Amino acid sequence: MKILRASRMDRCIGCHSCSLACARQVHKKFSWSTAGIRIKSSGGITTGFEARLCLACDPAPCVTACPTGAFSQRKGGGVLVKMKLCIQCGKCAPACPVDAVYLDEKDQPFVCIHCGRCVDFCPHDCLEMRQKQDHVRQGGDVNG
Amino acid sequence: MADTAFRVCIVHLDRNKADIVSFGDKNVHIGGSGLAAALFETYGLPTEPWSHPDQPLIFAIGCLTGYFPLMSKVVCGFKSPHHDQYAESHAGGRLALAMRFAGYDAVVLRGKAKLPVAVHVAAKIIETKDANYLWGANALTTGRVIRRAFPGASGHRSILRIGPAGETLSAYACINVDTFRHFGRLGAGSVMGVKNVKALVISGDGDQDLPGTDSKAYAKLFKKVYEDMTATEMMRKYHDLGTPGNVAPLNALKSLPTRNLTQTDDPEMEGISGETFAKNLLIRNTACAGCPVGCIHVGMLREQFQDEHRFQIRQVAYDYELIFALGAMIGVMNASDCLALMDEVEKQGLDAMSAGVALAWATEAYQKGLLTREQVEEDLAFGNTAAYKEAIWCLGHAKNEFYADLAKGVAHAAAKYGGEDFACVLGQEMAGYATGETFFASQSLSFRHSHLDTGAYGYDQKKHDKDPVKATAYFVEDERERVLLTSLVSCLFARGVFKKPLLAECLRAVGLPELAENMDKAAEDMQRLRWRMRLATGYEPEKTTIPKRFLEVQTWAGKMDPVYLENLRQSYITAIRELGAPLPEEEKQD
Ligand code: SF4
Ligand code: SF4
Ligand code: SF4
Repeated sequence: MKILRASRMDRCIGCHSCSLACARQVHKKFSWSTAGIRIKSSGGITTGFEARLCLACDPAPCVTACPTGAFSQRKGGGVLVKMKLCIQCGKCAPACPVDAVYLDEKDQPFVCIHCGRCVDFCPHDCLEMRQKQDHVRQGGDVNG
Repeated sequence: MADTAFRVCIVHLDRNKADIVSFGDKNVHIGGSGLAAALFETYGLPTEPWSHPDQPLIFAIGCLTGYFPLMSKVVCGFKSPHHDQYAESHAGGRLALAMRFAGYDAVVLRGKAKLPVAVHVAAKIIETKDANYLWGANALTTGRVIRRAFPGASGHRSILRIGPAGETLSAYACINVDTFRHFGRLGAGSVMGVKNVKALVISGDGDQDLPGTDSKAYAKLFKKVYEDMTATEMMRKYHDLGTPGNVAPLNALKSLPTRNLTQTDDPEMEGISGETFAKNLLIRNTACAGCPVGCIHVGMLREQFQDEHRFQIRQVAYDYELIFALGAMIGVMNASDCLALMDEVEKQGLDAMSAGVALAWATEAYQKGLLTREQVEEDLAFGNTAAYKEAIWCLGHAKNEFYADLAKGVAHAAAKYGGEDFACVLGQEMAGYATGETFFASQSLSFRHSHLDTGAYGYDQKKHDKDPVKATAYFVEDERERVLLTSLVSCLFARGVFKKPLLAECLRAVGLPELAENMDKAAEDMQRLRWRMRLATGYEPEKTTIPKRFLEVQTWAGKMDPVYLENLRQSYITAIRELGAPLPEEEKQD
């Protein structure tokens, strides 16, 4: 399974086309926050932009934190999300080490599901879908 | 029936309170230009001076803002310190989307704060904070400090601020938006300054539902618009060399205003061409939020500040208008020197075009002995970058009586010190197109006195019969098309893609079928409303003039034809009077 990587953020022009595309197509929202990828400036526009998005952990701390199984481990890294199971406890967001889970006003979580639908909307090719290498898929002992 | 009113946040600076009002109708006012004019009609004081504390400072977006690519601009409506009449200025950056996601179609500042403040408007926040400690700080420092003072929403927040020019109430102080964008022209910065507002922060921290009722159809249409915007050759023009690509062609057409318009081309043009900037200085592009084109060109300014190879580097955005004003117009024919002056103008919070034209006039006036060394303080001479840099600081700070006068506009200064013949003023300080009669007539009279009011500079560049009636019809028609776009509010670079059938589709997709049917009528009404506001605040087009220097210009098409120019102006004046005529109802009420 492929995962989304923001590999070339040095090229980012800060257009937010990616977040808007994710919100619109994946989450059916009009927003630059309720999206799997969010663009931040790292301190004013002259310092460039960074992307907040899921790193596709395996095992995923957000899955461990979720009490209902709304977040479950996705094969190849990252999470599968079943919103019907979500009780909006908000535990997933603080569990994520890279602040990739966005909670809206009602504590409904939004996170990248590695579908790649944002990629086509990046005019500068900052984003790509690629195979997560086996040797980094799981860290430490799991790799033996 | 969906609610088609605008949601407007009116901040009362003197009371530290705000009203959230339902205002107007999207089907009638569209947004942006139209909405701003309607808000001015309601809240403006046409016969009071621009500096009256109750004059509104209006920021308006439109009914398509954020919903489609390049619907990414904001219109600022205000009474201008330049001519004390109703005016408009446009800017992008992150502001438009930040306003959309904060949940406001317009933000209006009214009243005057007791001491300098920074105002913060977000989905669930309206607050002011003391910014007295920032008074006097330049626009870059202010941006840096404000980012720290209002943490959060990074990347989703827009920071508007003024520099010293806005505090000293220059007639052409701009409002800096998100480091690289500006509400330039006609002095919006001083309206902020006179209200004691050093900065306005808009955080787009709310979330919204998709527009319309069919999310699939909307996503499909978005994709189509996105593809058109990124695929066309026309857009390449804006992201490749960008507008600086105009320098060489205008020079070849003998239409590049150079050395206070004593020339229209220059053998050293190469030094400031778009190609030179791109090759030597361009480090990256950036975009307004919601725009995949990314036309903002950022150059690297590398300055040695000590012997022994000590350098400082800064990022400075450049485009054609700045290269004209702070390059050709003052004989600075070196790209790096141009960037240094742009950087200084940015810090002072001045409109770059007006500042450049002002310095060009001052240089010639000084050369001709109308001004003394004491007055200008620096050795103003075409090409003297170091002197210009100091002079820009003096201008921003209104350092002495002369610079305070010059900061009120070139026409104002020339009336006092002489040199009106060579004051390059067409309503306001000229834009960079010495293309011929139609441009001179258009800029001198048009609504914003801007090169973007109509495509007159393009009209000049094509062969045309000198028919004032035809040209006037073109001005009026072209302005109407632009008013539609500046009401929605689209970037004008997108005008080749946003043709009417596509706009109608977009309007239907966001649930405004009525406006889709009636957009021509709505655009015309808003065009008229703008002119009514302009005339109501004292505009007398008959009193505008064309300084002698413009009649001496030679372009590829030959010498200027003063008779044609005058006939064209008279014909356009008649059209403006007709467009701005008071409504019959108003007469009855009076
Ligand atoms: S959301 Fe955060 S914790 Fe969960 S998989 Fe992605 S990066 Fe890891
Ligand atoms: S890969 Fe899919 S879920 Fe992730 S940010 Fe892109 S569009 Fe959103
Ligand atoms: S679409 Fe690409 S260029 Fe635009 S903000 Fe996202 S990563 Fe940056």
